[in-house]
Amino acid sequence: MGALTFKRGIHPSHSKDFTEKKPIKIYMPKGDLVFPMLQHIGAPCKPLVKKGDNVLVGQKIGEPQGFVSSPIHATVSGTVKAIKDVLHPNGSKVQGIVIENDGEYTEIDTMIARKDYKNLSREEIINIIKEAGIVGMGGATFPTFIKLSPPPEKKIDHIIVNGAECEPYLTSDHRIMLEETDRVVKGLQIILHLFPDAKGFIGIEDNKPDAIKAMKEATKGISNITVATLKTKYPQGAEKQLIYSITKREVPAGALPADVGCIVQNIDTVVAIHRAVLRGRPLMRRIVTVSGGAIKEPQNFKVRIGTSYRELIEAAGGFKEEPTKVISGGPMMGLALFSLDVPVIKGSSSILCLTKKEAIQNEESNCIRCGKCVSICPMNLLPYKLNTLAINNEDDLFVKYKGMNCIECGACSYICPSNRHLTHSIRTTKRTIMAKKKK
Amino acid sequence: MTDHYIVSSSPHIRSDKTVDKIMRDVIIALMPATIFGIYNFGPRALLIVVLCIISSIGSEALFQFITKRKISINDYSAVVTGLLLALNLPHTVPWWIPVMGSVVAIIIVKQLFGGLGQNFMNPALGARAFLLVSFAGLMTRWELDGVTTATPLGILKEGGSSLPSIADTFFGFIGGCIGETSAIALLIGGIYLLIRKIINWRVPVFFIGTVFVLSLLISGRGFDINYAAYQIFSGGLMIGAIYMATDYSSSPMTKTGQIIMGLGCGILTAVIRIYGSYPEGVSFAIIIMNLFVPLIDRFTIPKAFGEVAKNEK
Ligand code: SF4
Ligand code: SF4
Repeated sequence: MGALTFKRGIHPSHSKDFTEKKPIKIYMPKGDLVFPMLQHIGAPCKPLVKKGDNVLVGQKIGEPQGFVSSPIHATVSGTVKAIKDVLHPNGSKVQGIVIENDGEYTEIDTMIARKDYKNLSREEIINIIKEAGIVGMGGATFPTFIKLSPPPEKKIDHIIVNGAECEPYLTSDHRIMLEETDRVVKGLQIILHLFPDAKGFIGIEDNKPDAIKAMKEATKGISNITVATLKTKYPQGAEKQLIYSITKREVPAGALPADVGCIVQNIDTVVAIHRAVLRGRPLMRRIVTVSGGAIKEPQNFKVRIGTSYRELIEAAGGFKEEPTKVISGGPMMGLALFSLDVPVIKGSSSILCLTKKEAIQNEESNCIRCGKCVSICPMNLLPYKLNTLAINNEDDLFVKYKGMNCIECGACSYICPSNRHLTHSIRTTKRTIMAKKKK
Repeated sequence: MTDHYIVSSSPHIRSDKTVDKIMRDVIIALMPATIFGIYNFGPRALLIVVLCIISSIGSEALFQFITKRKISINDYSAVVTGLLLALNLPHTVPWWIPVMGSVVAIIIVKQLFGGLGQNFMNPALGARAFLLVSFAGLMTRWELDGVTTATPLGILKEGGSSLPSIADTFFGFIGGCIGETSAIALLIGGIYLLIRKIINWRVPVFFIGTVFVLSLLISGRGFDINYAAYQIFSGGLMIGAIYMATDYSSSPMTKTGQIIMGLGCGILTAVIRIYGSYPEGVSFAIIIMNLFVPLIDRFTIPKAFGEVAKNEK
């Protein structure tokens, strides 16, 4: 059987060779750790500590507010140095807790390992995941316990682990699949325990044959888990495209994966579930790829959440040339940073320092109607048209032309020979329309 | 400490296939036909090609200079227009025809409509049609090896009997415009464009296919494969279908639209050739279809991914 895939899409250069062969390196923070109270989609947390308090590894320091929210835990032991507005990787300022690391890593005594999860009830497991502060670590950071509690009328028959890692440069998921293979499998089995009628799938792009091999070996003899080989194509890892590739089901516009019987989880999230359920540990670490042409020694780091980006860049040997652009996340969908003094949060998959050559910035020129954007849009939209409608503020037509279906994957801007800022204009218009709707 | 990095919205990387590279590929694709044309028709053909290219670049630069726009001749699109125009002229035309044609193509058809991407018909084609209507005699004087000749289509139309062989027609040793005679040279270029993903197959295949099928069915000659072969290998069909009907600005953006464009051009060409008083119909067929492109685009919006009934699994 050939590799599974979706329709249209693009083939950007992978640029993964910087780090794909580099084993995950554990990095211990040196400076203060910063915990923004917003590390998930939903309401920000309320600090549970005050200045001067002592905290322990694993201690809850941020209390979720409202239903869609997720607690935040200290990842080192030490003293609360300040509670103040801090810079978030998304460029905004949010309330955060600054902790001075005492270097002792004294752990709180509530983190207890369990031998087995099979005797736990569904509610107990969901509660563990909720209390552990686990969110989607692919970047969307939606609280995982909500994703795992679909309304009962939605029959879930596919649990899909997203190992596509289709963004160029990123190799963190790849390394996890190689180095923490069994934890991925165990994590998936825990989820399957919650959905006994579902089958598990681990989708991996075929540019990672070693990961496919490792996962296949680790799942040998497990009848309800399949490793699905996916064609290397961007955006293979986008939720709706991934679901289509594996199940040939189309998630209807405005609906959720659960509406077509699917739940998709990121690789690192599944490992976090394993750690929370079997080892009693909240979400405190993640794998971050530090890469790009401007970095001296690109690496995959296992870091404690709260560690500063600047420290990680130094740990990767610093710059070999001054980058023109620093990105939090992948080059297709990540956010450009104006400062390196931001902390690793739950959704930080990578730090990319791109040279002038890598992050080409050509001037925008007239659309030449080449049709390339149309022929590659994974959502089958007309990006050139949406761009014109966005520029002319024709909101009604923008909606009529299905602009709201855009997943902001960036493929159209990538391919456009005239360097039109297609994705940007569509994204901004979507936001304006959504804001108007709320009013 | 502050850092000075460019902050812009994603995506942060771009494909390196920019407009100038696309145009360069089109020029490369036209090389076999150009070289063959010069070989077939002699040095005067080269002169016409050079004149067209220089006056196209010149018109573009001059217009943009006068209207204080950004001079964009380095995107090679004016070269493509000039070259295409030259390939669509007989080598016998006086020197001022290429110059006038280029001015019409670049200034009237392209720039006055807003420049690259905004023109509703292919500039070279528009200029050719203008010249054909205004200077019909000059534009249809065919010569081969210094002897006045007729194109195979003309001979077929008149019912003459001295047709060149199919092989000569396929390779291009026949009368006609500089770049249109060699089907094989044009096809090689077309395949290059397909491989480089500059054009897609829908317009050319449906265009040529329709002409072929209709030539078999409605020519009134019974099921004459030979006749149909002459219809597709001679005249402006190859160059029109591969290089002009696929013009980005003036062809549909959607897959269905491109099929409609190919079919429409094919039907019109066959009808003009068979029923019209004129042996050739490619240029006018494409121009007529160009006028419908906005309409075609509006009525062939593809179904967005996820536009399925909610309960449909
Ligand atoms: S329109 Fe949206 S979904 Fe389509 S390619 Fe552009 S960014 Fe991606
Ligand atoms: S890719 Fe760019 S130039 Fe081509 S049609 Fe789309 S917007 Fe226009």
